[in-house]
Order: sequence, then C-alpha cells, then structure tokens
Amino acid sequence: MSTEVAEVVEKKSEPLFSKKNRKLITNPLDIDNPVTVQVLGICSALAVTTQMKPAFVMAIALTVVTASSNFIISIMRNSIPGRIRIIVQLAVVSLWVIMVDQLLKAYVYDVWKQLSVFIGLIITNCIVMGRLEAYAMGNKPGPSLLDGLGNGFGYGLILLIVAFFRELLGGGSIFGFKVFEAMGLNYTGNGLMLLPAGACVIVGVVIWVQRSINGYRESH
Amino acid sequence: MQTKNGDYNVRQSNLYIILYAIGLTVVCAGLLAFASQALKPRQDANVELERKANILSTVITLEEGADIEKIYNERIREIVIDFNGNVVDKKPTDINLGFEYKKDPKDRLLPVFEVRSASDPDKIENAVLPVFGFGLWNTIAGNVALESDFNTIKGVNYSHVGETPGLGARIVSSEIQDRYKGKQIFEGDNIVSVDMQKGEGMDYSKDAHKVDGMSGATLTAKGVNNMLREYFRCYENYIKKNRTSNQQASL
Repeated sequence: MSTEVAEVVEKKSEPLFSKKNRKLITNPLDIDNPVTVQVLGICSALAVTTQMKPAFVMAIALTVVTASSNFIISIMRNSIPGRIRIIVQLAVVSLWVIMVDQLLKAYVYDVWKQLSVFIGLIITNCIVMGRLEAYAMGNKPGPSLLDGLGNGFGYGLILLIVAFFRELLGGGSIFGFKVFEAMGLNYTGNGLMLLPAGACVIVGVVIWVQRSINGYRESH
Repeated sequence: MQTKNGDYNVRQSNLYIILYAIGLTVVCAGLLAFASQALKPRQDANVELERKANILSTVITLEEGADIEKIYNERIREIVIDFNGNVVDKKPTDINLGFEYKKDPKDRLLPVFEVRSASDPDKIENAVLPVFGFGLWNTIAGNVALESDFNTIKGVNYSHVGETPGLGARIVSSEIQDRYKGKQIFEGDNIVSVDMQKGEGMDYSKDAHKVDGMSGATLTAKGVNNMLREYFRCYENYIKKNRTSNQQASL
C-alpha cells in the first residue's frame, strides 16, 4: 500500500526549483565541481585564466553552450539512435559553439579576438560532453538545463578564482585595473603565474583548500 | 532488429540512423548558414572599422567614441606601391597581405597609408606601413607608423589570429606597442630594423634598435622581429626615396 502512494507522488510532475533540482545548481559549485572534483576542462582552465576578462567571457560562453546543449539533447533523447549518439551530441554542441562564436564576433568583437581559438575549443571541453552523456541523455529538459547551468557556473567559479590570482600576482591587476599601482606600490609581476604552470599550482591549491574544508578522503 | 522484450525497436534500424543523421545535418547546417548570413554585415563592419582604427591608432590617440570613419577620410591618403617604391594604380582594400606575403618580396604590392597634416594636405606627416608575418601559432599582422623623417617610429600596432592569450597575445596591448615609440630603423644609411629582446623588465631606452621583450612569449617576439625586418626590406626603396626628399626639403 505504502509503495503505491510513493509511486503516485513520484509520478507527479516535479516543480522546476524543487530541492532536488536546486542541488543540480549548487552541487557543481562545490562537492561535485567539474574542474576540481571531476577534473574535467582543465586544459582551458589553464589556457584562458591569465586575465580575468577572458576567463569571465569564457565562463559565460561555456555555461551557455553546456546549458543549451543539455536542453536540446534532453528534448531529443528519446529519438537519438544509440549507435550514433556521441556524434549527434557532438553536432549539437558544435552548433551552439559556432553560434556563440559568431555572436561574439558580431557584438563584442574585441573580446572575441582575445579569446580567439578557445571558443572553438569549447567543443572539446569534457564538461560539455560529460554532462550530455551523464545527465541529459536520461533526464527531462528542465532539470537538464539546470544541470548544464550548474556545471557551467562551477567551471566559471574555478576559472575566475584561478584568473583572479594569476592576474593579480602575474600582472598586478584585476580586470585590467592596476591594483598595486593604485595603492602606490611598485609591483613586479611574477612571470610564473602567467605560464600554464602557474595555473597548475593555483588549481592544486584550490583543490587542496576545497578538500580540507569538505573533509574529502581518497578511496582506495 | 529486436530488443530483449521482443518488440521491434525502430531506433536500431539502419534506415532510421541514416535518415536521422541526414536530418540532423540539414537542420544544423541550415541554422548555421542563417546565423552566418544574418550576422555577416555586422562582423564585416567590425573588421573594416578595426582596420581603420588600427591605422589611425599608430599616429593619433583615438578617444573612446571618436568618429573613426570621419578622421580616416580626412587625414589618410591610401596608395599602393611596388618594390621599387613606385605608386601602382590599385586600392589598398584590393590587396590581400597574406596573399602578397606568399610572393617573392620583389613582386609584392604594398599598401601605404600616408597621413596628411591637418593644415596642409600636401605634407606627409607620417607614413603607416602594413606588415605581415607569422607568430607562434598563426599569422600576425601590424601597422608601423614612421615620422616624417622616415626613420623614427611614431607608433606601431599589431594584431594576431591565435597567439596565446596573456602571453604572445599581449602584442595587441598598448603596453607592449608603446615600447616601440621613438625607436629608429636606420643605422647610418642602412635599415637595421628594431628587435624585441628576450626577457622582460630591462631598460632599452638608450638603445634605438632594441625594445623590451615579453616574458613567456619569446617565439611570438621572434615572429614580430622577422616580420618587421622583412617588411622594412620590402619598403626600403619607398622609405629611402622619401627620406632623401624630406632631408633635402629640410635643408
């Protein structure tokens, strides 16, 4: 008897911002972060984080691509033939990536120039394909959209943290604003921070801090 | 093809897969073609405005919101020259730098943008010379503005296709480009160009042919150096011609 009741409750359509669905947004920010926990998308996290501005635009671009691809694939999920599902996902992702690329080129030309190749490389970002395979293929469009947004935010958060320290320590500025000069200090940029190695160090520190806060233990 | 339950699953049939793939391709291609066509005028306008702004910014400090189109039309005279420095009957917009780059330097057609003085339209105040070459990942291009002595660099401006953001891509920043101001390309009567050095933070203010480098982007800097050296050689006849005529005028 009790199981029947439970089933009926299950079948009722869930509100979009139910507790479970809210977790889709909040989990990727911390305990299920795509960069620091799943270690996906590291390549671009190293590449575009020398300054805050490109990191910020990259985060938005990736969030848009992940969320909209998740949404579209989730709508299509019951019609996609299993044998060509990866290539179908790839086609949808690249469609969105090129859209974003074209829009940036038309409306924010200077930012588009700065990001150059990395917009195109969103296609190869493991986060996008990972979310499509792991979530959108088996869930409804609404939650899939939230999942995409959540993971985009989680990625963007790490990108901005890394870019903050790299730009501050490497170039002495934040969003192009010369912080140390404004404070009247003479600061010589740390060249290591501008190299990919600097990003590795900072991502490592972020993972360390995050794990010690969450009490994470490696399972053997 | 049958599933475990025995029902026929249409999603497994080859025909369905082929039709699905074709349908998806057509829809995606259609959407992209539409987006590309709809956004093209805006993108082209951006590119053209950037070209003009790049030329102007080498000689004039452009303020935010300045009417680039108007200033450009008033001050710039566009000409195309050949290797010997003679004017050819062509427009700079007809010249594709990348295409010319593939030719032998002696056969190249070279656009020149002469900046006329605001008061006397016959007087050349500066000459802006477009240059083209290879950085680390892809092509780089630029404009070099010379003072009326055709020796001192008034300003430069670089653009790139795919240099690393934050490293080689810094060539587009005014911080790097300002380092070229006041440098000289002649030593005696020979063009020696200007070289960006390896390493950053050095003071080259006493050396007329050296500029401070970019940390972490030595290969891009090398590309820039090669580009400048090669194009100063292409423009050599034009530069020398104007240099002597200007020297005589000042005597």
